[in-house]
Amino acid sequence: MLQTSPRVALFVTCLVDLHRPTVGFAAIRLLEEAGCQVEVPRAQTCCGQPAYNSGDRATARDLARGILDAFGGYDYIVVPSGSCGGMLRHHIPTLFDDDPNLRARAEALADRTHELVSFLTDILGLERVAAKFSGSVTYHDSCSGLRELGIKAQPRRLLAAAGAEIREMADPEVCCGFGGTFCVKYPEISTRMVSDKADDIAATGAETLLAGDLGCLLNMAGRLKRQGSAVKARHIAEVLAGMTGAVPPIGEAG
Amino acid sequence: MLATSPAFKENAVHALAEPGLQKALARTKPHFHAKRASAVAALPEFEQLRDIGRNIKNHTLAHLDFYLETWEENVKRAGGQVHWCATAEDARAAVLAICQKAGARTVTKGKSMISEEIALNEHLERHDITPVETDLGEYILQIRNESPSHIIAPAFHLNREDWEESFRRAHTDLPADRVFHERRDIMTEARTKLRERFLAADVGITGANFLIAETGSSVIVTNEGNGDLTQTLPRVHIVLASIEKLVPTIEDTISLLRLLARSATGQDFSVYTTFSTGVRRADDLDGPAEYHVVLLDNGRSAMLGSPFQEMLRCIRCAACMNHCPVYSVVGGHAYGWVYPGPMGAVLTPTLIGIDQAGNLPNASTFCGKCESVCPMKIPLPKMMRHWREREFERHLSPQAVRTNLALWGFVARRPGLYRLVTRIGAAALGWLGRRRGRLSRLPLAAGWTKGRDLPTPEGETFFVRYARAQRRGRGAA
Repeated sequence: MLQTSPRVALFVTCLVDLHRPTVGFAAIRLLEEAGCQVEVPRAQTCCGQPAYNSGDRATARDLARGILDAFGGYDYIVVPSGSCGGMLRHHIPTLFDDDPNLRARAEALADRTHELVSFLTDILGLERVAAKFSGSVTYHDSCSGLRELGIKAQPRRLLAAAGAEIREMADPEVCCGFGGTFCVKYPEISTRMVSDKADDIAATGAETLLAGDLGCLLNMAGRLKRQGSAVKARHIAEVLAGMTGAVPPIGEAG
Repeated sequence: MLATSPAFKENAVHALAEPGLQKALARTKPHFHAKRASAVAALPEFEQLRDIGRNIKNHTLAHLDFYLETWEENVKRAGGQVHWCATAEDARAAVLAICQKAGARTVTKGKSMISEEIALNEHLERHDITPVETDLGEYILQIRNESPSHIIAPAFHLNREDWEESFRRAHTDLPADRVFHERRDIMTEARTKLRERFLAADVGITGANFLIAETGSSVIVTNEGNGDLTQTLPRVHIVLASIEKLVPTIEDTISLLRLLARSATGQDFSVYTTFSTGVRRADDLDGPAEYHVVLLDNGRSAMLGSPFQEMLRCIRCAACMNHCPVYSVVGGHAYGWVYPGPMGAVLTPTLIGIDQAGNLPNASTFCGKCESVCPMKIPLPKMMRHWREREFERHLSPQAVRTNLALWGFVARRPGLYRLVTRIGAAALGWLGRRRGRLSRLPLAAGWTKGRDLPTPEGETFFVRYARAQRRGRGAA
């Protein structure tokens, strides 16, 4: 437990807000259990990736401005997504190359921003969470979390400490084919990629698929369900916060 | 070569349904991934070497004018000649002029992607000169009248059956009982046929992996030795190279060679690494009487000082495409022009225009695997995004995409409105999926639902629930 209680702002992410609020509450519970004081700035929408990755820099920049205003003054900004976390940590500062003041503010924000599991482990030094989980899981390394933020061992450590049996895929690091707008711009390629991923998941025999990014999870769960698979897909925060009872697995009814 | 890049989507759909191609592509992983991984694991300083390689190329590109001039002086000193070519057309003309002056009827060719870029073979054939590809992969593609699908393994899209079928069709003297069970059988057949062509050639054309400023040398790496026969047997040797192949010194070349084969095929070193410096000297055992370098710009100098400058560090190892999850399911031909995969997605728009090649930088999930394996640390996803920005600025992206983006942007800029819209959206989708937690079909979402179900939202947005929890004084959501 921390000596002083850091003020943490939760960047909910648009997908968690719209699709799976439980992940947001799981993040709050994990952060509070770790001794943080959590606030959720009201004036947040999206990190801007849909615009940024579609070449619409002006819109991405406007949204980034809003983020700088909404998330100033906190000790940390925590994001339950490697993809949005990567956007805040690595990409938003580059949107202000022509404005030293905003660039400096964006860099200061980037330095204080962390993906949820990385924050709990790398920053707070957490070795285990309060919750227990006894099932078998397989963990998909989402691309941005893995390659932009170096998240690989941390979620596995916490899961193992909670009692989960981890069954690795043959290639947990290969992209699931979501890619934001990619999945609807090139649906056939995306479907093939997620289909290969679903095969890899099934081959592990794990009961539950976990990942740290809701976009990838919606994609993988959607494919698994289409194939009639019984694998349950969940965001890792739900498991670590002991909130699997609060919501059915992704793509399943309660 | 006519670009089919505008039809990338259709090409990809076709490729996904092509069993032979899929069978060939399934070899990528065992063939390239595992080998590169073990080669890298066996060299503890590989990561440091990547930094060294990047720095060598950055330095060279920052002083490219100086190194090009130094290199040309040294080429001349060794009895060679440099032909500066601004465009593909200039390069074709330069090669043809050299061949015609030499009275060439047959030219042998080592593997060269620049030759593909400038569509050299067609040009030579139009002028009654027969080009003979001597790289095994290129040789079979020439028989089949196909273009390479990969920059270092040009016939990667073919299977053994295809080789056998092509040989039987082209080599009419083949006995019916000849077997092609193994790679060795294929090699032997090609080697026998090519030996005659090597000896008959008047001119030999090779590419270059590096051009060394301090010595004026060109360097090629091969695994078949065909490049050496191509460049030492004929009287005239033409090197086809582009301006970014320059490196300052032999020592720099060695550093880059340590990265190249490991990144490409997972070998510590290629089987043959050949340095060529000028013409045959009095006491040399072999070598050409004429040594020409046809040096191509074709838009590259315009990349200097642009957001795409870092692409000029590329040493054409193909690690990016070998590890690309998109390339590895659609193959190289889907990209529709000479350079496929992530490096092609950045380079091709420079060479044929973003209006033609717009699909290429878009057909990426930005998974970042390419950048993570690039020996020269080229930020490929970043540069693909730059192309998307140019496309967006020039209004080349599809209107539907632009309209959706504008609508979404309008709402996302206004948190109050955004709360309202997401509240309605989450409730509507949640209601539609209330029984199964997912939808199999949804109007306007066919791209998603054709191949997968659409998991539906919980129903209330986070912010609605959070506001309620706050009112109740925290705790129960």
